[in-house]
Amino acid sequence: MYFAWLRERLDKTEEEVEIPSSVQTVGELMDWLKTRGEEYEYAFDNPKVIRAAIDKTHVRAEAKIAGASEIAFFPPMTGG
Amino acid sequence: MSGETVRITLNPIDTDAETRAVSQAGGNIGAVVTFSGICRADEKGDKISALFLEHYPGMAEQEIGSHVEEAKTRWPLLAVRVVHRVGRIEPGEVIVFVATASAHREAAFQAAEFIMDYLKTSAPFWKRTEGGSKEAWIDANEKDDRAAARWK
Repeated sequence: MYFAWLRERLDKTEEEVEIPSSVQTVGELMDWLKTRGEEYEYAFDNPKVIRAAIDKTHVRAEAKIAGASEIAFFPPMTGG
Repeated sequence: MSGETVRITLNPIDTDAETRAVSQAGGNIGAVVTFSGICRADEKGDKISALFLEHYPGMAEQEIGSHVEEAKTRWPLLAVRVVHRVGRIEPGEVIVFVATASAHREAAFQAAEFIMDYLKTSAPFWKRTEGGSKEAWIDANEKDDRAAARWK
């Protein structure tokens, strides 16, 4: 799932993807997504500023994705 | 109005009704602190016509809820209510409302601040401006990270 400017840059709110078995962490997933086309390269241009959640819980880039059913990427939060 | 502790809504927030509900929650309430976050007409010197608030349904409620639970373990709270609006919000309208009730004011003040500090940095909401010289996603504020860090 993608939110805010990530969603706009990718022009999609969510997608289902087959992830290669070599991709094991959230950080590796961002690197892999970046290779999927120009819009992904633009969206994930600066992975350091992108936050992630696995099954609606905040995680860091080192987090393992095994067993996740929903992974979300979004910019730093600006609510309130 | 629902009696839920944490609510996300597309509709305007009736702060009077929310405050009354918390004040009348029962128990030995002696202090209610409320905070309302209001949409400014000016975003970094740029006049805007509205904000657009996006959120991650499910996770937003869960993140706020877990910090409300943590607040309840830190302070003797008798009632808590958090209402966050999403969608299009015009200047002057309430974006977020937090109310905390306790027997004495100190716990209510501190818990309200704690909940707001964490809501700003960990609840998945994003703001975009409408009608300024450029329509843009608002950047996160480092000051908010520092505010949340002091509770650790």
